[in-house]
Amino acid sequence: MSAAVRSRIFSADTTDRAASLLLWASAAATVLILVYIIGTIVYRGIGVIDISFILDSPRMSGAEGGIFPAITGTLCLVGVAILTAGPVGVGAAVYLTEYAPDNAVTHIITFGVECLAGIPSIVIGLFGYAFLVVYLGFGFSILSGGLALMFMILPWTVRASEEAIKTVSGDLKEGSLALGATKWQTIRQVVLPNALPGITTGVILGTGKAIGETAVIMYTAGSSLLLPESIFEPVRALPYHLYILASEGISDEMAYGSAAVLLGMVLLINFVAIAIQRYYQTRSGLRH
Amino acid sequence: MTLQTREQMIEALLFASAVTAVVIVLLIMVFLFKEGAPFILKYGIHTFCLGMEWNPIAINGEPSYGIFPMIVGSVYIAAGSLVLAVPLGISCAVFLVEIAPPWAQMVIRRGIELLVGIPSVVLGFFGLVLLVPLIRDIAGGFGFSILAGSVILAIMALPHIISISADAITAVPQTYKQASLALGATRWHTIRNVILPAARSGIAASVILGMGNSIGETMAVLMVTGNSPILPEPLYDVLDPVRTMTANIVIEMNYAAPGDHRQALFATGIVLFVMVAILNVISHRALRSRMEAGR
Repeated sequence: MSAAVRSRIFSADTTDRAASLLLWASAAATVLILVYIIGTIVYRGIGVIDISFILDSPRMSGAEGGIFPAITGTLCLVGVAILTAGPVGVGAAVYLTEYAPDNAVTHIITFGVECLAGIPSIVIGLFGYAFLVVYLGFGFSILSGGLALMFMILPWTVRASEEAIKTVSGDLKEGSLALGATKWQTIRQVVLPNALPGITTGVILGTGKAIGETAVIMYTAGSSLLLPESIFEPVRALPYHLYILASEGISDEMAYGSAAVLLGMVLLINFVAIAIQRYYQTRSGLRH
Repeated sequence: MTLQTREQMIEALLFASAVTAVVIVLLIMVFLFKEGAPFILKYGIHTFCLGMEWNPIAINGEPSYGIFPMIVGSVYIAAGSLVLAVPLGISCAVFLVEIAPPWAQMVIRRGIELLVGIPSVVLGFFGLVLLVPLIRDIAGGFGFSILAGSVILAIMALPHIISISADAITAVPQTYKQASLALGATRWHTIRNVILPAARSGIAASVILGMGNSIGETMAVLMVTGNSPILPEPLYDVLDPVRTMTANIVIEMNYAAPGDHRQALFATGIVLFVMVAILNVISHRALRSRMEAGR
């Protein structure tokens, strides 16, 4: 082998190694950024969290006390959002996968879902303020904030449910139809039960998105630190509370605690969603 | 009720659910334009979008409502975030699909799932307490800056760029890769000269989508960019503070009196909405044409 050829092979080999090293490094950098962010928030926040931080009301605009009303507020808002976005999203997905003819109306519907997913959250917040708070007269309330959140997560529940329904095997459906079941009976008793794990995962992931969302609820849910007595009363959600604590410099300590609780809630929910998905994936993998 | 009418009613109900998203989009447009468009027409689309001064509460003299510095701010920060996130994201995607051993794939996939889940307000808080002081100590200035906003947005954009690019790379036919390797090309030459060019349009779509998401992002940028509604001076100074359109709405909705000021904020929302919509349409077109070309 001539020296020139050998050196070309050598240099190609070196470039290849250098490139893979670089790619390894970029992946490592990404993971490190993630670990650093989550690590810092948890490390600085965990010391603040105890029973009284979770169960007490804030005192001195949040500089002392706990975050109980904010946690309650977040759960109420997310509850309204999920209870409305869930059924509507699943209904829309069933229509799109099982009924929709291939025509202009269907194209408009899918385009509408795509559009809604792309609208910036603050624009949804502005709309929620103009439409729900002012025009419909719901005021700053759990109802307004929850519905505004529903507008935001609806496209995700539609998409996730569509994906889940599409994976249900055609044989099952045809079997049911062949036995004389109507289309709806087939959907309700064959398609939906089989798609349920996927749908649940999608809805839970929607919950995770809704919990951390701030811009949508700032001008719809209000900012009250009192415990709400009905869905027509205002609440301050946990992410908004965190924003106020941090940006107004009320208390870094309390802000770290709130951030850690918020992060914990979101990560727990995502973990549950992914665990459900994996569980059913492996189970169905074994069955086939 | 006969079985048939029941079936028809159910179909109608499902259709109504499906139409909900369209109705919401239409309502959003109606309310946004109803509140903001009269102001734009009255004040002049030109003076509004290209006006250099934002001073809605003028103590003496006429208030002015120019959002040009904020359009620049939004685009600047979004572009900055892509400059940081795109090279890293694409490298990660290539690594994920072509090089990573199974355990590393799993670490990255889990990492992406986690990163997507971090709420933007938590990232903003992280930026506020750690990144801003870091920039202030190392580079000087206030710390609240274009740079800080770009870094935080880059972190938010990263998982989306990685997963869409990884899909695009996975979609490149195995035969291309095998042909290149059979010709004696190294793994790196194959990646650079065969795989990346073939995945180009999918990667481009992910970048445009990332741009749209970044322009629409609110909380994270609001907390780290300083929010002063003027152009950076000089324009290339990434350590200067800026205000984005999203931040403008959040900050001033708090105290904007009904009338011109509040309408100007809805008008800012219209400009934001239109810009993001255009970017989304372009990226969906790119993705769809790729899917169709692939068939």
